[in-house]
Amino acid sequence: MILLNCPNCGQRNSLEFRYGGEYNPRPAKPLETSDAQWADYIYMRTNKSGVQKEWWYHRAGCGLWFLAERDTRSNEVMQTYLWEPAAKEVGD
Amino acid sequence: MNEFQEKLVHFTWPEPKKSYDVVIVGGGGHGLAAAYYLATRHGITNVAVLERNYIGGGNSGRNTTIIRANYGIPEAVRFYQHSLELYQTLEAETGRWIMHQEKGILWMAHSEIGMQQQKARAAINRAFGAKTEFLTPEEILKVCPEIDLTGGGVWPVVGGSYNTEAATARHDRVNWALAEGAMMRGVHVHQKTAVTGLLMEGNRVTGVQTDKGPISAGIVMSAVGGHVTSLAAMAGLRLPIRTHPLQAFVTNHYARTFHPIVASTNLLFYVSQTARGEMLMGAEIDPQPSYNYRSDHHFLQSCAFRATTLLPFLRDLRVLRQWTGVCDMSPDYSPIMGKTSVDGFYITTGWGTWGFKAIPASGEQMAQLIATGETPEMIAPFALSRFAEDRLMADRGSAGTH
Repeated sequence: MILLNCPNCGQRNSLEFRYGGEYNPRPAKPLETSDAQWADYIYMRTNKSGVQKEWWYHRAGCGLWFLAERDTRSNEVMQTYLWEPAAKEVGD
Repeated sequence: MNEFQEKLVHFTWPEPKKSYDVVIVGGGGHGLAAAYYLATRHGITNVAVLERNYIGGGNSGRNTTIIRANYGIPEAVRFYQHSLELYQTLEAETGRWIMHQEKGILWMAHSEIGMQQQKARAAINRAFGAKTEFLTPEEILKVCPEIDLTGGGVWPVVGGSYNTEAATARHDRVNWALAEGAMMRGVHVHQKTAVTGLLMEGNRVTGVQTDKGPISAGIVMSAVGGHVTSLAAMAGLRLPIRTHPLQAFVTNHYARTFHPIVASTNLLFYVSQTARGEMLMGAEIDPQPSYNYRSDHHFLQSCAFRATTLLPFLRDLRVLRQWTGVCDMSPDYSPIMGKTSVDGFYITTGWGTWGFKAIPASGEQMAQLIATGETPEMIAPFALSRFAEDRLMADRGSAGTH
């Protein structure tokens, strides 16, 4: 069982949540993004064996989408937090 | 063939050489099969299979051993039917008893749409060489009298498809038969040898770095299960793979009377009886990716609940063992085979939850690719390049694990 700390509701069983995929920012300038870059964004994944930044959705709770850092080898969740548009991410 | 005619397997464990024509990373079924077919079909024996643990210790020894060809698109039906036929003759060819047993797989439909899917499946299977028929509930009961056609009053069985040639085989014996066949012809298999890096010259892979030293190779083929993304990353290659755990369990022994393999579109589980009489069950992958092999109670409860809905006699049995494998899931639930954008680096991956049935065909086709340098027509549609071309295979429903 994986325990996740929802930023709103606190620690809950992961069965209350839906996994939303590894953190994979969308290309910021669509018109300047090549087909190969789009294909990479849509299909390819880092699939990390180690601490991965990923999305979760509190489906059976408050409905919040948030980020978690989880070790995919042990399923230990290091931290959870709300997404914030970092300045460097705009136009990344 | 049976246990009384058997002789002990002949494994030989030579020291690693500095160089091979072909190095195969991953000593599971797919890697061993490629080595076996390289040796038997192409006379290429200067080959090493590197396995970081012991042969068949990954998903090749953790799956539910179902061999079937009832897929949903022409390319897949042809490929899996070919694999199913290679399995049918594997005992005669290797001289090893792999406990191949033809059982037939029933795939239940519980709704109008499910029935249409199973009818379409039977039609496309027949059109491309697989023996699948559509059965009415009464006909299903003749094949499997244990089924509760009312589905516990919630999931009534309204029909189903029946792939008559579907079978099971003993997974360890498949691995051993292929390993022995390859070794007898001069292939080296190195267990407890982990690949820690790839040797590169420009855009070409020229060998592997292992924890026992470097080994150079003309061609490196990845037959890694679970950690293929890490290996490909060493070559600078990104893959469309997410690694998800898949769990399975067996019950205690039941009189050996349960003949077919049973699966269901809505209830998402599959069950068969092992040669020891255990009822073997699996279901869908864990929802989040992980490299963790831990099994959990939630899966056990959920899978058992669904299986007992259709097969009430299972309620009287007890759970004996539960285990987990980690599966390389591709976005379209179809495998990825062939060349990559890196020279000298071939892959057979994306075997997710459907790899065991494909072991002989994948091995045979990859061996042909290595021997000739040309991608065989049968596996060309499964190339890695299909993702960049946005040409995915529309066959997710055939996996039965999501």
